[in-house]
Amino acid sequence: MNSLPLVSAAIWVPLLGALVVSLWPRRYAARCGMGGAIVSAAVGLGLVVMVALSGPRRERLGGWGAPAGIELWVDGFSALMIAMTAVVGVVVSMYALAYFRVDEGQDDAERREVERRREAYFWRIWLLVWAAINGVFASADLFNLYVTLEVVGLGAVALVALAGGRALPAAMRYLFVTLSGSLLYLLGVVLIYSEGGTLALFQAGESLMAGTLAQAALVVMVVGLALKTALFPLHFWLPPAHADAPAPVSALLSALVIKVTFYILVRLWVVVFPAAVSQPVGEVLMILGLIAVIWGSWRALRQRRLKMLVAYSTVAQVGYLFLVFGLAPRVDGSAGWQAGAYFAISHACAKGAMFLAAGAIARAVGHDQMEEMRGVGAQLARSFFAFGLGGISLMGLPPSGGYVSKWLFITSAAASGDVIVVIAVALGGLLAAAYVFRVLALAFERAPREGAPQLRPIPSTLEWAALVLGAVAVALGLAAGAPLALLEEGLPFGQSLAEGVTP
Amino acid sequence: MSVLFWLPLAVVLSSLVPGLAIFLLREDQIVTRTTLNLLGALTKLALIAAMVLGVYQGQVYETRFPLMPGFDLVLHASALPMLFVVLSAVLWLITTIYAIGYLERSPGRSRFFGFFSVCVSATTGIALSGNLFTFVLFYELLTLATYPLVVHRGTREALRAGKIYLAYTLTGGTALMVAVVWMHTVVGPFDFTEGGALSAHYEEHRQALMVLFWVMVASLGVKAALVPLHGWLPVAMVAPAPVSALLHAVAVVKAGAYGIVRLVYDVYGITFVRDLGLGTGLAFWASITILYASMRALSQDKIKRMLAYSTVSQVAYIILGVGLGGPLASVGGIVHLVHQGVMKITLFFCAGNLAETLGIHRISQTRGVARRMPWTMAAFTIAALGMIGVPPLAGFISKWTLGTGAMASGSPWALAVLAVSSALNAAYFLPVVFRAYFQEPLRPWPREGDAGRLETHLSLLVPPVITAILVIVMGLAASSPASPLSWVELIVTRIYPGPETGVGGL
Repeated sequence: MNSLPLVSAAIWVPLLGALVVSLWPRRYAARCGMGGAIVSAAVGLGLVVMVALSGPRRERLGGWGAPAGIELWVDGFSALMIAMTAVVGVVVSMYALAYFRVDEGQDDAERREVERRREAYFWRIWLLVWAAINGVFASADLFNLYVTLEVVGLGAVALVALAGGRALPAAMRYLFVTLSGSLLYLLGVVLIYSEGGTLALFQAGESLMAGTLAQAALVVMVVGLALKTALFPLHFWLPPAHADAPAPVSALLSALVIKVTFYILVRLWVVVFPAAVSQPVGEVLMILGLIAVIWGSWRALRQRRLKMLVAYSTVAQVGYLFLVFGLAPRVDGSAGWQAGAYFAISHACAKGAMFLAAGAIARAVGHDQMEEMRGVGAQLARSFFAFGLGGISLMGLPPSGGYVSKWLFITSAAASGDVIVVIAVALGGLLAAAYVFRVLALAFERAPREGAPQLRPIPSTLEWAALVLGAVAVALGLAAGAPLALLEEGLPFGQSLAEGVTP
Repeated sequence: MSVLFWLPLAVVLSSLVPGLAIFLLREDQIVTRTTLNLLGALTKLALIAAMVLGVYQGQVYETRFPLMPGFDLVLHASALPMLFVVLSAVLWLITTIYAIGYLERSPGRSRFFGFFSVCVSATTGIALSGNLFTFVLFYELLTLATYPLVVHRGTREALRAGKIYLAYTLTGGTALMVAVVWMHTVVGPFDFTEGGALSAHYEEHRQALMVLFWVMVASLGVKAALVPLHGWLPVAMVAPAPVSALLHAVAVVKAGAYGIVRLVYDVYGITFVRDLGLGTGLAFWASITILYASMRALSQDKIKRMLAYSTVSQVAYIILGVGLGGPLASVGGIVHLVHQGVMKITLFFCAGNLAETLGIHRISQTRGVARRMPWTMAAFTIAALGMIGVPPLAGFISKWTLGTGAMASGSPWALAVLAVSSALNAAYFLPVVFRAYFQEPLRPWPREGDAGRLETHLSLLVPPVITAILVIVMGLAASSPASPLSWVELIVTRIYPGPETGVGGL
């Protein structure tokens, strides 16, 4: 069993899926794509199970190891992220299957053709992005990270552009952001290489000395990656890009794509940069994170469009992710990093559920202006329920993944005496409650006697997919033991990590 | 892992599972829904009956499994939890019967009964919590499950009430969670222990623990409606009558009061609380709440609003008894948890009947109503007299025990509080009774429903009659071994170990 090349399979299986979808006739795109998604998820989860059972896995592509060849490395942290991608990926795929389905009954042949092309493009690009996301999580060298990161970014831009119309300017802006972000990252890679002569993640860390060069490398990489993760004040591009994309794409972007850059930052912090260099930058990131929590929540409260509200909520939640860079190095053990990682996966499920639900509601209502959604709750009960389940996690209320990560955050912050972080985490939860319940109140409001919105029928898959992700977000709170144990596999946040990987 | 291991969890699930199933039902599946509701409630009662017998004989039931490293979900059935569990389970059954009649024709019933059941599960979870971690979990879940009930009617007013309710309770819950995490970082994880988990072992953290105590009391005090944290309760009276009954008597307010009881007895321990001088402050805060809320109740015209202020005042009796310290006062406070619940639920049922049958919402409209609704008003009168503390009703037992407890613990000032508040109770309850019986009816009533031969629907009439009878029985048979009072004495002998216990001689 241990000889199975599962790590590389997690990358080439979705890649192969993308290829098959592209080569096959267009009318089979959805079926091929869905098949590819299911197999990809199965391979991903198989890899995760292997890591959980028998420890971290390493694979050298083509028999070449570091520093010259490409080396893949999956420990508990990577595995958890791959599991997140598999679960969210397969549910969103189900949703997309119904969402992009071409209405064969309509007369307008030209329109049908457009829809069919859009559907085919979605599946090609999405499977490509899936392969690249897994690629980031499995990469053990800085350059490979760059390549996969670039593919994720470009694919994400293409997915946003699928919506056409007002999404196009948003996609354009997103394109510039993602390109400049990865270029800044690449600049940092070059600087690190110039000092140590190695690109292997763990060896680079050993050879990098604290100094001006390391500082410069860190700063450019942090700016680039923070831009791509939409940390305040670099978040300007996110709300339109996430809100105007098609609903399944919004879910993928908020759930997975921004976690990719977060993941790379954590890796840089733990294994590459010396604490003397990274600690002050971490404090800055934490402060920006605190501001993001408050500012993003406030903006979310002010939105009139449902998907905009959910998108601004992402800006706020990204803030929590960045708290760990200030917090985690200060506390003993890995509790701080665990809080961040657990927050990342629970946000993925929660936000995924909320975007999917928002998409279903918007499709039924015909638009996503909240003012005109009064009283639709009874007919769209499942969607609003899914939205609520995701919302519970954002608020950090039990039983949910958000509750567990909030608990871990406050534990770390209290252990290091960080009162401000405790207050911000608590306040952020209350603000999240404010904007989530604003939406739920719409559902509970009694329908006006006349002028009630006329709803279009929507496929029930849309509602059920959202509900499944919402249920997972809640389940993460009830069964936190296993994911947290997986997170310790290979000690990703401990000292022995570097020892474990260098041959 | 025997069956006994799972018993406390089964008690929680016995209302959660039917609740989740009810969400999936269509509006018109009335029979299925009613069957599920009653099946859940009866299963719960049966399970609890088995546990009560066991606990009486000294058996301990505990479900425990790790939820996060270092944090176990613990459901623990000892004497004090069982008191609250029995109260909520019995009143849940009665309230369900009432709610089935009350909501017969209104929309959104599946949603209503679904959340109703989740609400009771959360309450049971709170009751059985074996540590603070588990307590917070169910405490927050209760907030979530009650919100849809408060806004059930979907009117602007109801949504506003829901907003205020959330603003108060979520803030309180967040503060509680932060305080609990903080306490864990100070002393490490621990379970509730009869006699106090912290006690004097943590002298070195004295300062921090004192601060944490007040933060926790304040957070719990939001749900327990301690003045000035009570603002949500009078507003939330826009909820349907069965919800008010649940909020005031079974679930929300009680959860807060019960939390404070556990904090004092099972976390800090009564001796540690006394050493730190926290009890007097608690009793003082409770007294202010009792007097202030009684005054406010006096000036209300809306019946449910008056009842809401009365709850604020009456629940503080529980806190008063806990704060005064000493076994007798403790008995008085804890037994009031049950007595107040049964009396208040009767009053809300009756208020609901007046509103449903005759459209009466205000005290000024109750003239002569006893002629039209004799059973309802009889039940109302019994419960009101109980609240005032007229012997031999349930309320008298609590007040008497509290009074003697106050003397025993050397706080005679508390007697004055009790006396003044009883006078105020009489001043706001008796006019209603007087109007109903001795004034000419104000016909026509604002709205006359069609109820057939009876004064109102059977399922609306039976619940208050039963609970009113309970008010009498709990008073008359207070000394019988099966009464709440005897059970509370059992609890208190376990809280106060050694010769200090002298509660048998009532």
